[in-house]
Amino acid sequence: MHVTFTDEELAFRDEVRSFFLDELPDDIRNKRMQDVVLDPEDQIRFQKCLFKKGWAGVNWPVEYGGTGWSAVQQYIFATEMAAANAPGIVAFGLNMVGPIVYTFGNEEQKRRFLPDILESNIWWCQGYSEPGSGSDLASLKMRADKVDDHYVINGTKTWTTLGQFADWIFCLVRTSTDVARRQDGISFLLVDMSTPGVSIKPIITLDGDHEVNEVHFEDVEVPIENLVGEEGKGWTYGKVLLQHERTNITGAARSAYRLRRLRVQASKSIRGANPLTEDRNFMRKLAAIEVDLKALEFTDLRTLAAVASGQAPGPESSILKVKGTEIQQMIDLLTMEAAAYYALPYVRDQYVLDFPEIDRIGEGAETKSSLHYFNNRKASIYGGSNEIQKNIIAKHVLGL
Amino acid sequence: MDLTLNEVQSMLAESVDKFITNDYDFDTRQKYAGSELGYSADVWQTFADLGWTAVPFAEDDGGFAGGPIEIMLMMQRFGRGLLVEPYLANVVLAGGILRRAANTSQKARWLHPIISGELQATLAFVEPQSRYDIANILTTAVIDGDDWILNGSKGVVFNGGNSGLIIMPARTAGEQSDEDGITLFAVEADCDGISIKSYATIDGLQAAEITLTDVRVNSDTILGAVGEGFPTLDVVIDEATLAVCAEAVGIMQILKEKTVEYTKNRVQFGVPISSFQALQHRMVDMLTDCEQSYSLLLWATMVNADETAEAKRAVSAIKYMIGTAGQKVGQEAVQLHGGMGVTWEMDVAHYFKRLTAICQMFGNADWHLDKLADVPAS
Repeated sequence: MHVTFTDEELAFRDEVRSFFLDELPDDIRNKRMQDVVLDPEDQIRFQKCLFKKGWAGVNWPVEYGGTGWSAVQQYIFATEMAAANAPGIVAFGLNMVGPIVYTFGNEEQKRRFLPDILESNIWWCQGYSEPGSGSDLASLKMRADKVDDHYVINGTKTWTTLGQFADWIFCLVRTSTDVARRQDGISFLLVDMSTPGVSIKPIITLDGDHEVNEVHFEDVEVPIENLVGEEGKGWTYGKVLLQHERTNITGAARSAYRLRRLRVQASKSIRGANPLTEDRNFMRKLAAIEVDLKALEFTDLRTLAAVASGQAPGPESSILKVKGTEIQQMIDLLTMEAAAYYALPYVRDQYVLDFPEIDRIGEGAETKSSLHYFNNRKASIYGGSNEIQKNIIAKHVLGL
Repeated sequence: MDLTLNEVQSMLAESVDKFITNDYDFDTRQKYAGSELGYSADVWQTFADLGWTAVPFAEDDGGFAGGPIEIMLMMQRFGRGLLVEPYLANVVLAGGILRRAANTSQKARWLHPIISGELQATLAFVEPQSRYDIANILTTAVIDGDDWILNGSKGVVFNGGNSGLIIMPARTAGEQSDEDGITLFAVEADCDGISIKSYATIDGLQAAEITLTDVRVNSDTILGAVGEGFPTLDVVIDEATLAVCAEAVGIMQILKEKTVEYTKNRVQFGVPISSFQALQHRMVDMLTDCEQSYSLLLWATMVNADETAEAKRAVSAIKYMIGTAGQKVGQEAVQLHGGMGVTWEMDVAHYFKRLTAICQMFGNADWHLDKLADVPAS
């Protein structure tokens, strides 16, 4: 066992590092540095850069255009991407529906959907939760009734992240109610958002942001060839997808970047105040999170290794989700504490490109720290709440 | 020792309860918070008419001679109503300085119109570099004949944009964090050289950044003695800290109630989620945190009302507890509401935000735990 990288791994790291240095468009880099939210076009442009380099399908098999990287390579890539403060990859296409299509889809579906997912030509969103079905996802009610060569779907999906930009949505739908287990009547459908009968309504979150939506389906006709895998087996596919999602949510590399940035911030005098490095309490809390995060990085690596050797992330991915989001939220809190009174101004308007410094309230992103803290309370709720993750661990890992 | 309220206190508590229940539901609150002023001028006038703006002031000043207990009773209920009207800024902060340090003519000029509701006021106790150290003051006041010239910056001044009167602590002697050499100036907002940038805060209230550039005031604006403002400032900040802790307890209690109610009605897996033991225990912890915080609040408030030797320590104790237990209750309330808890439309999200804001002001948990750790054994 060695913790140091081999020469090959070091060369790979340098390649990844130079890529982000050279290929991340400057305007996107600027927006990221100024904590400006990216437009969907920016996001797509960035993902297309990755595609051009052949790095869009990080965890995809080579035969479908993926990288075929080892666990260590994936770890290096994630670390360098975060260290460059590059945008994240919007997970719904590349990390979620892509793997489902190449694992469970038929050849025609693979031909039809995978290239556009890999190239970020199509923006995907997720149709899992419903107003009455959150933690208890299997209670979902959205119906898909088979009529001739299509399904007619009716119902509502909710918490649809970035659905306002989406071209397609993947949905868990109920194709049968006449089943022994509720999970058995669920199917996995791909739906074009421009189909008549699909409408979308924003949900504003507590920080004032519009990120999530409710999507309504009224007599929406979906061709039968958009069913992935077998009818009634959607729950099994969906579960695999959720495990991928949970692994993605961990965000260890991003957390590491944020902690480093917080350390740098703490070493400086902000607005003339004493540097926080002189505040023992603050630095002890920072150090404690760093320890927790180091452990998580290696738990993450162990999971990646299992996936790279051909296994799907198992129920252990729930550990990553719980711990990863707990750490994110501790960083959110500490970042807000660093801002003291300057966490209070609600000045979202100043986070636009090249906002005049003279008019800025607080230094850097101080006033965004509270908004981020508020917004990211969702992290312990989405992707299956952390309580549900603990149920999964209790049942499927501990066998209780 | 007596843990019961007297008749006047009970009546005050009842009348505030009645107002919150009848006239201040969540939608109304949101409407006021979203208005241009950021609160309701009518509600404020009602407070003045009801005598609530007069509560902590001496009878000679037209007040009701109330103290920390009366303020606690009101603030706790304001917390339940998630009130956006600037009671803290006007009555506790500006009023607290004026009633202690102002002379008769200064009271007539500024305190009486605050009580009558005609004047909005505040205390600018934060500077961009000061964090939680209220003695850390770089704003200077230099004498020039009969006048004083003020220069400096004040940050996150509660109610700053709406205030006609802003009490400015300024340094007239000493070094950056010295307690000596701080002088309190009553500065009217329309003075030349004052620039005020107002904004909403995360809790739906209002604050402002204020810059003073060669602001000329005469010596009639000095509240108390030159260079001796700190003890007054310190005791008023303690009083304000206690007041927001009472507000926080009111918020914690309502968050606990709303969470219990929500989990009883939210059905998943065919049963109300309140039937899950894992969640029951967490709500029990919320209840325990609420009860402990309320108990400590009562102690801290009484100790301050009776002005015992423990008064200052008690302020740090309750603020530390709000900073830990209060923060936890807020987070748990949101978590147990699931996705709904992070939406703008849900009241719990807004209670959580105000509670978070309270944790960020007047010293966080670490700040106050440090103070407590430094108290010598007696």
